[in-house]
Amino acid sequence: MIKAILVDDEPLARLIIKEYLVAYPQIEVAEECNDGFEGLKAISKHQPQLLFLDIQMPKITGFEMLELIDNPPATIFTTAFDEYAMKAFDSNAVDYLLKPFSKERFDKAIQKVLQQVSSAAATDYKPLIKSAGKAVQPFQRVVVRSGGKIRIIPATDILFMEAADDYVKIYTNDGSFLKNNTLSYFESMLSEMQFVRVHRSYLLNVSMITRIDPYEKDGHLAILSGGERVPVSKSGYTKLKATLGI
Amino acid sequence: MAVNKTPLYESRNKWIFSLAFVVCVVLQFSILRDWGMPWPIALEDAAFSNILLGLACWLLLNTLQYYQPTKSRFVFLLGWCLAIAAIWAALVRVLLPLVMGFDDYYTSLLSKSMTIRFDFAFLVFGCVALTSLLWYTNIEQQEKEKRRIANEKAAREAELYNLRQQLQPHFLFNSLNSISALAGTRPEEARKMIHQLSEFLRGTIRKEDDSWVKLSDELTHLDFYLEIEKVRFGHRLTTTINMDAACRDAMVPPMILQPLVENAIKFGLYDTVGAINISIQASCDNNELIVEVENPFDPETSSRKTGTGFGLSSLQRRLYLLFARTDLLVTSVADSRFRTELKIPQHDQSNISGR
Repeated sequence: MIKAILVDDEPLARLIIKEYLVAYPQIEVAEECNDGFEGLKAISKHQPQLLFLDIQMPKITGFEMLELIDNPPATIFTTAFDEYAMKAFDSNAVDYLLKPFSKERFDKAIQKVLQQVSSAAATDYKPLIKSAGKAVQPFQRVVVRSGGKIRIIPATDILFMEAADDYVKIYTNDGSFLKNNTLSYFESMLSEMQFVRVHRSYLLNVSMITRIDPYEKDGHLAILSGGERVPVSKSGYTKLKATLGI
Repeated sequence: MAVNKTPLYESRNKWIFSLAFVVCVVLQFSILRDWGMPWPIALEDAAFSNILLGLACWLLLNTLQYYQPTKSRFVFLLGWCLAIAAIWAALVRVLLPLVMGFDDYYTSLLSKSMTIRFDFAFLVFGCVALTSLLWYTNIEQQEKEKRRIANEKAAREAELYNLRQQLQPHFLFNSLNSISALAGTRPEEARKMIHQLSEFLRGTIRKEDDSWVKLSDELTHLDFYLEIEKVRFGHRLTTTINMDAACRDAMVPPMILQPLVENAIKFGLYDTVGAINISIQASCDNNELIVEVENPFDPETSSRKTGTGFGLSSLQRRLYLLFARTDLLVTSVADSRFRTELKIPQHDQSNISGR
C-alpha cells in the first residue's frame, strides 16, 4: 500500500485527484490538507511515499513546505498557472500537473511516480526549489522550524546568518534559528542589495549595520544595531563597500 | 516658460557666437580703415566695441531665458533691443575715448559714426533675440513632444497591464479545474459554474471601452466573481454586499471596483485559512459615491505589506489620471481586517457622459 497526502487549499482540486485515484487501489489517501502547515503535520504523522502538492497556498507556499521536510516523499506538483514554477519544473525534470488536467495526463504522472516509489530512489528537491525561487524574485521571507512550530521570518527582520556545518544559523532580534541549508544558497536567494557575504561564514543584512570598525590586520568588524559584532574579511569589506556605495 | 539653459550651453552655438564676434570685429575694422583711421586705433576700437556688443548679447540671451512674454512678444523684443542698443551706444560713447586717450580727431570721428554704430548694434541684437526666441520655442516643443510620448507610453502600458489582469490566468484555470472536478459527480453544479464564469468573463470583456457603468451592474458583475470563488473555496467564503438606495443612479468608471475586490480576495481568501467574510458597502452622499471593501488578512504572512504593498498602486494611479486627485483611495487596518475606501465623484456629468 502506498500512502499519499493531498495538499491543496481548494476542496474541489483535491476531489478530482481523489476521483482519479480510485483507479489505483494500491494508493491510499492518508490525509487531505488545506495548507502547508497542515501538510507538514500530516507528513510527519503518516510518513507518506507520495505527495500531491499545490504551490500557491495560504501561510507558506508548496516550495516553502517542501523545504522544511528532511526526506520529502515523491512529489507531484499541481498548479494552475505559474510560469516561473513551470520553467523550474521543466529544467529539473520533476513531474507536475497543470490544472485542469486530464485523466490520461494524471495516469502518466502516476506511472512515473510509482516507478520512483518502487525503486525507493529519493529525489532531491533542493535544486528545484532553488531554481523556482530564483526565477521569481529574491526571497522576502525565510520559513524555519523552531521547536515544534513553524516560523515565518521576514527578510527585513534578519540580522545576519552564520554558517554552522550543514546548517545556517539565522539571527534575529527574537533569537536565532537553524535551517538545513548552505550560506551560499541564501546568498543567492536573498536580495543582493540587502544581504552581503562579508565573510566566508557570515551573510549580513546591510540595513542592520550601525558602524564598521577596523579589526586586527586586514579585517573589520560590523557593529549591528543590537550591539552584535560580525567579522568582515578583506574581500567581504570590498563587497560591503560596493553595496553601500562608499 | 523658462528653459534652464541658454543657447550658448551647446558647444556648436558657442562656436557660432565666437565666429560672429570675429566677423564683426573684421567688418568694423575694415570700415574704420576705409574712413582713414590708423590701423592700431581701428583694431582697438573694433575689438573693444565688439566685446561690449558680445557682453550685451550674452545679457540679452540670459534675460530671454527667464522672461519670454507670450502676448505682444515682438513689441517687447523691439523695445528691449532698442534699450540694450542705447545702453551699449552710451557705454561706447563714454568708454572708447577713455581707452583711446581723448584724441580729438578720434572723438569727432566717433561721434560722427555713432548713428551707424547704433543701427548696426540694434540689428545684431534683433537677430540674436529672434534666433534665441526660435531656439527656446524649439526646445519647449521638443520637451512637450517628449512628455507626450512618455504619456502615451504610460497609457499603453496601463492598457496592456489591464488586459493581462482581465485574463487572470490563475483564476481562470483554477475555476476550470473546479468545473472539471464537479463534472464527474455534480454535473448540475458544474453547469451552473460554467454559466457564472461565462457571465463574469463577458462582463469583463464588455468593459474594455471607456464608458462609465452603473454601480448596480458593476456589483452584479462582481457577485458572479464572488460566487465562483465560493464554489472554489467551499464554505470558507461568505460575502456581504450592500448598496444604499441613494446609490441607485450612481455610476463608476469601468474596471475600477474589480481590482479592489480582487485584492480583497487575494489577501482575504487566498492567503488565509478558515472561514472569512468579505464585505462591500456602497453609500452615496454629497454627490459622491463611497465604496468600502473589507477583508481579513493573515497578520503572520502579510502584516509587513499593509498600507503600501496591497497591490493598489495601479488603481491609485488610474484614479489620479481620471480625477487628478490622490485622496480618493484610503486604506486602513484594524483587528486583522483590511479596509479600503474608494470615493467616486458623481457631480461631474462630463465624466459620466463624455468618457
